[in-house]
Amino acid sequence: MRIVVDLTRCQGYAQCVFLAPKVFQLHGEEGLLYSPAVPDDQLERVREATAACPVQAILLGEEVSPDDR
Amino acid sequence: MTGDLRDGRIVIVGASLAGLRAAETLREEGFTGSLTVVGDEPYPPYDRPPLSKQVLLGQVAADTTGLPMRRNPDAEWRLGVRASGLDGIGKRVMLADGESLPFDRLLIATGTRARPWPNPDEAALDGVFTLRTRDDAAGLAERLAAGPQRVLVIGGGFTGSEIASACRERGIEVTLAERGPAPLVGALGGTLSKLAAAMHRNHGVDLRCGVTVTALRGDSGGRFTGAELSDGSRVEADVCVVALGAVRNVEWLAEAGLAAGPRGVTCDAGCRAFDMYGIVTDDVFVAGDVSRFPHPLFDYQLLSLEHWGNAVAQAEVAAHNMVNRGPLRRPHLALPTFWSTQFGLNIKSVGVPTFSDHVAIAQGSLEERRLAMVYGYRGRVTAAVTVDMAKSLEYYRHLIETAAPFPPAPGAADRPMAAEIPVPSDVPDPKGLSHGPTVALTGHLPDRRLTVIQPSG
Ligand SMILES: Cc1cc2nc3c(=O)[nH]c(=O)nc-3n(C[C@H](O)[C@H](O)[C@H](O)COP(=O)(O)OP(=O)(O)OC[C@H]3O[C@@H](n4cnc5c(N)ncnc54)[C@H](O)[C@@H]3O)c2cc1C
Ligand code: SF4
Repeated sequence: MRIVVDLTRCQGYAQCVFLAPKVFQLHGEEGLLYSPAVPDDQLERVREATAACPVQAILLGEEVSPDDR
Repeated sequence: MTGDLRDGRIVIVGASLAGLRAAETLREEGFTGSLTVVGDEPYPPYDRPPLSKQVLLGQVAADTTGLPMRRNPDAEWRLGVRASGLDGIGKRVMLADGESLPFDRLLIATGTRARPWPNPDEAALDGVFTLRTRDDAAGLAERLAAGPQRVLVIGGGFTGSEIASACRERGIEVTLAERGPAPLVGALGGTLSKLAAAMHRNHGVDLRCGVTVTALRGDSGGRFTGAELSDGSRVEADVCVVALGAVRNVEWLAEAGLAAGPRGVTCDAGCRAFDMYGIVTDDVFVAGDVSRFPHPLFDYQLLSLEHWGNAVAQAEVAAHNMVNRGPLRRPHLALPTFWSTQFGLNIKSVGVPTFSDHVAIAQGSLEERRLAMVYGYRGRVTAAVTVDMAKSLEYYRHLIETAAPFPPAPGAADRPMAAEIPVPSDVPDPKGLSHGPTVALTGHLPDRRLTVIQPSG
């Protein structure tokens, strides 16, 4: 699974950092950096973070795989 | 009537952020016909912003930034093949492999590419990079991991600044050469560019402003060794990143009869492309970095943006309008919004900072490195930039959308204003503007949003 954070919307509330610190990190006071590829053992935590983000900025989903349509 | 728009053949050219989000939206809006997405890169859509941040910091591999889907758009993906032409009358997209794809409606989402170093021999030296694609980022990240002596970054825009920042964070020596008086001056104006310059220097970047790089040098093995600057000095470095901005991918449209040129493909607020006579088409749509569109809040000037958020918002509007007719169509009125993280600072912008004559610091201060700067043009708020104050941005977005007076009244912010006298914004004057009525946006739902004209005076 992959994530992308809409950083135009993210306000640095850092709930995601708190819930899934291996995937989301703050860089400085409020700049968010994250790992787009979610390891399987982090999936549950990332789901929680996605639900908890107050501005719904996190999208979790499958990558496009060109062969299955 | 709408029944037939939900069916038929749609082709999207450009398999990146705008192309993917448009494909998903078409299905969400009930399009049941055939959908083909053509992309010249061999990879499925991936995200670019991490390429100059997490990837160069060595935290994330370049091949892991694939974009998640909101839903499977059930499209045929033609990846690794370039669209080479468009026949607008026969309604076909020609592909470089000789095939051609018939369409009923087309979306152009071919974005931009990195502006190359002007001398091709110098650009071909081993160790000289640009940064736009996943392959660019993989190559550059590998060099940074190998611990170069010094990296030369040419160009002090957002990408160049982020690259310099990543290098310093990894302890790599960096020289950044910028022709202008300071980094980011073209985007943010004089005052914030001084903060940017201070951040570079505080983090140990060897910042050279007011100079141009005149030549790149290599050894007999074709490896980059350094560069000559216009002030007569020389920089010894083993890696060079050319960050001179972007070129719009419009060459494939040269014979298409569209209003396509170096500044992009011009379209109306409904994302419909104009033809070369300025007549709007009804079957060719444009979205993302390749587009050029009028925005009522900025005197209907044509904007060409290179913003992630614009690619998403415009793709959604374009897709909606591809399957709806007449009054059901929506205008693309989203305010330009941008972010950048560099030197541990979170810089965000809303509106068009270059569309300004004065600026004022509304919250915080340059000294704290935490502030909200408001930009005004002829007495109304047109943009705001926050540094580590992202939560304030929504408030300024509202001021811009309602054409609020500039400077904003003291206390207008949710905390006491560090009242500052407005100073000139010090950006190149917006050209060709005339006094006119002020336009504001109304409505709360994006699809109900309209413009209202307030007579001047
Ligand atoms: C290093 C980097 C950092 C960035 N950081 C930020 C940031 O911090 N904040 C922000 O707001 N924005 C940032 N951006 C900008 C953001 O990534 C773009 O706005 C976004 O990618 C635009 O999406 P797009 O789909 O319009 O165009 P693109 O992503 O450029 O995609 C266009 C696609 O079309 C393909 N194509 C071109 N011509 C053809 C053809 N003839 N046939 C077939 N395919 C073709 C291209 O190869 C490409 O895959 C950054 C960009 C880069 C490169
Ligand atoms: S929880 Fe949401 S708003 Fe907060 S930092 Fe994470 S993505 Fe940003």
